[in-house]
Amino acid sequence: MRGEARTVVWFQAAGCTGCSVSLMNAAYPDIKNLLLDEIVPGKGIALVFHATLMGPTGRPALEVLEKIPAEEAGEYVLVVEGAIPTAAGGRYGTVGEVPMRERAAELARGALAVLAFGTCASYGGIPSGAPNPTGAVGVGELLRREGIEVPVVNVPGCPPHPRWFVETVVILLARGLPGPEDMDDAGRLKSVYSGLIHEHCPRRPDFDVARFAPYFGERGCLYELGCKGPFTDAACPEHAWNGGVNWCIRAGHPCIGCVEPDFPDSFSPFFRKLSLEEEKATYRGAR
Amino acid sequence: MSRITIDPITRIEGHLRVEIEVEDGVIREARCSGALYRGIERILEGRHPLDAQRITTRICGVCPLAHSTAASLCLDDALGLSPPRNGQLLRNLIYGANYLHNHVLHFYHLALPDYLPARALPGALSPGTDEDRRTFREETQELAEHYLEALEMRRKAQELVALFGGKMPHDMSIVPGGVTYRPTLGEVAAFRFRLREIVGFIEGTYIPDLLLLAERYHDYFELGKVGNLLTFGCFPLEGERLFPAGAILGGEYMPLDPGEIREGISHSWYSGDGAVPPWEEEVEPDPDKEGGYSWIKSPRYRGEPCEVGPAARVAVALQVGPQEFREIAGDLLREAGASPGALSSAMGRHLARGIEALFIARAMERWLSELDLSAPVAVEYRIPVEGRGEGLTDAPRGALGHWIRIQGKRIAHYQVISPTTWNASPRDERGVPGPIEQALQGTRVQGDGILEAGRIVRSFDPCLACAIQ
Repeated sequence: MRGEARTVVWFQAAGCTGCSVSLMNAAYPDIKNLLLDEIVPGKGIALVFHATLMGPTGRPALEVLEKIPAEEAGEYVLVVEGAIPTAAGGRYGTVGEVPMRERAAELARGALAVLAFGTCASYGGIPSGAPNPTGAVGVGELLRREGIEVPVVNVPGCPPHPRWFVETVVILLARGLPGPEDMDDAGRLKSVYSGLIHEHCPRRPDFDVARFAPYFGERGCLYELGCKGPFTDAACPEHAWNGGVNWCIRAGHPCIGCVEPDFPDSFSPFFRKLSLEEEKATYRGAR
Repeated sequence: MSRITIDPITRIEGHLRVEIEVEDGVIREARCSGALYRGIERILEGRHPLDAQRITTRICGVCPLAHSTAASLCLDDALGLSPPRNGQLLRNLIYGANYLHNHVLHFYHLALPDYLPARALPGALSPGTDEDRRTFREETQELAEHYLEALEMRRKAQELVALFGGKMPHDMSIVPGGVTYRPTLGEVAAFRFRLREIVGFIEGTYIPDLLLLAERYHDYFELGKVGNLLTFGCFPLEGERLFPAGAILGGEYMPLDPGEIREGISHSWYSGDGAVPPWEEEVEPDPDKEGGYSWIKSPRYRGEPCEVGPAARVAVALQVGPQEFREIAGDLLREAGASPGALSSAMGRHLARGIEALFIARAMERWLSELDLSAPVAVEYRIPVEGRGEGLTDAPRGALGHWIRIQGKRIAHYQVISPTTWNASPRDERGVPGPIEQALQGTRVQGDGILEAGRIVRSFDPCLACAIQ
């Protein structure tokens, strides 16, 4: 890469690597471009730590992680994948024999900005589902508790669409850190998350004439089968997934609300229509 | 004697710590420690049984299909559902695509850097060492180009999953009773052409690269060996599994008896002791437990630690699998100059993945042509007030089981035992080490042992998010 490269540290906590795999599914730019090329004119990223992809192992790998906060203070972007376990002194999750909680805080303290990639890193996600056995929280909540004032941008989704990562990174590289006016009430860039799935759903005409699918694999709106599209703010209908070949609702599966701050608990049971009271509690309006 | 801790083990899924003690150039002791507990089984309790379908899928982002397949079989069993033939075929096609993705990703992006010199890959991808590299300059250059090409192939394999599976990771169309999606003729054609492209890569690039490594690192057929093998089989169609279930204990094949599975916690960070069947497990996390050194539990079959994964599947299918399989496997073993007994080794596991990738791809072409697009893809479900279910399959990484108990139409108990729980398990109540620990112990090493340990551990394709839920 000829241009200026922003150092990126990718830290995995209580997750499943699905967010990384999703990013590897990016196309135009694809993962090769993201790793090797300029992403906007004159600027790109230099990924210096990513445990799933990096060559070094053990001590040499850990040293990269431990030197960064001092060597590149205020210069690097920290990407967090996975929730942060906070209970039992942080011993439910360790990296290099140190609690993830401490490592994440240390890395965030020295960062220019934190990008919480995925619903777990953004809000806690699946590991924070009731009864939240490990006290899992999103990285934004960890930073609040630790009094660390580094800006956090959430890119939720279980996993997030790779395009949401690329769009967020492009905006950060081209325009710098976002202001409060660019963010929605869930800490996401408004320009990336803008509109309920229900408003852009190709099955919306079915909903409007109350033509509901009676069962899986049948035609019609999936609302009666438990679809949470009316409560979920994501660009899935516009972008579709995996090179645009398909996405949940097109595949006949009800949306389960995986990008939302209160996922999974507010959307469970996934396959049952919520009661009116549950719907009222879940609906936060078009943002 | 020197004691070395390797933490994090990179280029695997999740958080694994390995400790080795090296004396006179031999690894004398090895300990595997899983470093993350999330408590997903606990999170499932009290929820609607079908939520298990989507929540367990999210145990792992590399092999979500493994869990959505096991969960659907488990819920089919508990709810008394028999998916229509179309639903079975579609499940197999979606799952097969996940296998192809997994094996390409594992060989090129997780394992291969262990055999490439530092300059072969850029930036953080570089392994950063030239220790024991045995390919010539042009070969190295080709392998590095294939690394990049494989990034694209694995993306296409994910598109293959998504075509019928909704999206990847975390597929969204497999449900109890079948699948949610009835593809169109056009999508079947799109699937076929993508599949052919991936099969072309497997045959023309992956297998030759695999054979090159097998030739240059032939001594790795002798390293990282484990004794006992276990597979639950996978890809069921009308009661028959493409890969048969079974175990090889002390060199003897025997049919699978799921009643012989016990999971112990004597060296794991959970309160209590002893080994119990999966239905009966009730454990509390206890990070202070004396003698504990891992969040991974110790599953045993007939009381024995067993290696699970491609070596076990291929070894069992060589004995009781279909003729077509034995031909493919026989040819590749011959070309690699390896015997079936060498499958359970650092290089044998890679070879076994290549063998099954070819075999699964061919089966997928057959399943695709058998789809009936006008027939139903799912049967309706009804949640019983009470019930029990068991879902056994093989994931790309090995034997995977889900067990559910339903009470009052809610999940009373959910238990998962994953492939890496078997492979990376700690010592059991008798002090017998787990399979990866066994594979490491006794290994002769050239330097500090990190190189050989890395190659051996990665040959199992460990997945820690699966190993501890």
